[in-house]
Amino acid sequence: MELLAQQILNGLVTGSVYSLVALGLTLTYGTLQVPNFAHGHLYMWGAYLSYTLMSSAGFNYWAAMAVSITVLALAGVALERLVFRPLRNDSPVNAMIAALGVMLFLEAVAQNIWGEEFRHLESPYGGVVSVFGLLVTAHRLILLGTAAVLMVALLLFLTRTIAGSAIRATAQNREGALLVGIDTNRVAMTTFAISAGLAAFAGSLVAPISLVYPSMGAMITLKAFAIVVLGGMGSVPGALVGGYLLALAESLGGTYVSATYQDLVAFVVLALVFTFKPSGLFKESV
Amino acid sequence: MKYGAGAALAIAVVLPLVVPNAYYLEILTQAYVFAISACGLNVILGFAGQLSLAHAGFFGIGAYTVALLATKAGVTFWAGVPAGIALSAVIGFVVGSICLRSKGHYFAIFTMAVGLIINLIIQKWESLTHGHVGVIGIPGPGAIGPIHFESGIARSYLALVCLALTLVATTRLLRSPVGRTMVAVRESEPLAAAIGLDVMAAKRLAFTISAALAGLAGGLYAGFIGFLGPESSNIEMTFNTLLYVMVGGIGSVVGPVAGTFIVYGLSQVLQVLQHYQMVIFGLALVLLILFMPKGLAGVFRRPSTQPTPLAESASLRAGSSKKGDK
Repeated sequence: MELLAQQILNGLVTGSVYSLVALGLTLTYGTLQVPNFAHGHLYMWGAYLSYTLMSSAGFNYWAAMAVSITVLALAGVALERLVFRPLRNDSPVNAMIAALGVMLFLEAVAQNIWGEEFRHLESPYGGVVSVFGLLVTAHRLILLGTAAVLMVALLLFLTRTIAGSAIRATAQNREGALLVGIDTNRVAMTTFAISAGLAAFAGSLVAPISLVYPSMGAMITLKAFAIVVLGGMGSVPGALVGGYLLALAESLGGTYVSATYQDLVAFVVLALVFTFKPSGLFKESV
Repeated sequence: MKYGAGAALAIAVVLPLVVPNAYYLEILTQAYVFAISACGLNVILGFAGQLSLAHAGFFGIGAYTVALLATKAGVTFWAGVPAGIALSAVIGFVVGSICLRSKGHYFAIFTMAVGLIINLIIQKWESLTHGHVGVIGIPGPGAIGPIHFESGIARSYLALVCLALTLVATTRLLRSPVGRTMVAVRESEPLAAAIGLDVMAAKRLAFTISAALAGLAGGLYAGFIGFLGPESSNIEMTFNTLLYVMVGGIGSVVGPVAGTFIVYGLSQVLQVLQHYQMVIFGLALVLLILFMPKGLAGVFRRPSTQPTPLAESASLRAGSSKKGDK
């Protein structure tokens, strides 16, 4: 029973990270129809920037995270402006290949700067607390809390503000959004900034409880794709729920079925969904 | 065109004899092998317009079939390679039948997952594949009558013959009715379906052939190198092959071969750049797509001799709603 509770807690912690990453991916897909294969690499860069700012420049955890989010958001804007916008009217295959190129580039640059070895970011909240008899590090609780706060803030932004409504309108119908006077180019840049910022936030949150290394982005990209396909490409609630569900499935599957094949869960789920429903589980909507 | 092909053939035949040492000969042989794999990716991506990211998975299946049959069952290279091709083709047919029901982005994501599953199985199924340790001591091709294959030159010619056969086969495929159907699917799938072409059959055939060619390249690779690790089937391998195809010219028959020679050759010869190799490759891939989407073949091809590959279909499609073609 205690093992089960522990695994559920672990699932929720990992799930917060998965959901944040999947949210960014689903937002850019919804508004631009670009499957950004480099999304997980923005997450990896976010983690590395926070790590470097803390270990070399003496920043505190939250300041490092804020800088990292800002830098990545700007990188997201640059990516949209320089790579994806010029390809918008080309064949979709071209944008996908470009995304793969960006991904190779980001990983290789990280490898040159920080090397292959695993880095550890020390959390200021390393202490262990007891919650209903379960032992858990304070950082995990903070991760759960801040992730939830940010998700709620994002949902409010998307549903209650003009900028958020513009993003949703563009996702529903680009031509229609243009017709009512929405600057869809600006929406695209905003979306990329939010998406990359979310990735940097997730990367900085996860760095203290896992390790930082150049190839950490590839696996999470694939998992985020599994989540987004499961929840519906472009769907925000789908990405939120899907992230937690996948993480719970992994942590329970890893405990009770087979730890060796834990990472396979996501891809088997993905393959099953596509096998029976070739266009994903849900219709697209933000 | 005919003179060009003749000249290329002459160069290819002479090349193994004039390379300065065994190291360069090895690189040349590898380039022939990877070119076969690039031709395979070109069939599904260049001819039929579907971005398959499972390509290295099929390369791995071919390679591991040869390696495991040889080391565990004593099957020779000559029987192992056809077995590898057959297994890749069969798995390619089954996977293609399922994956190709998804279109566009979904197909790319689906095949990326399939490639990853194949790679993870190879990594984790330790009792069969020895996981990260890999398979060592894979016997190379044995002698056929008086012809021996111990020397680098003989192996190089063997790879060249396979590459030449691949090129003949893909050229004939492109000119056949089913090849024309593939191109029609690439240019506009709804249009191809509307005039009564069997779109699914053409895509499935393209995927199966592409898997079979990857299997052939993988089998040759395993026999020539003599050892094999799971990284032969990882996604980076798919990216490299994609780059070969993109540099040479997507959709052109000989483009991928030229692309392989340039990219693989440069990456091996310029060892000083080893650390920055992927930095340059990644950037190159993005710049190519942005400024030269048809690769070298697009630069050298005279205008209006062939239907242009991806760029033109896009302008056709740009008119219709982006949501419509999913």
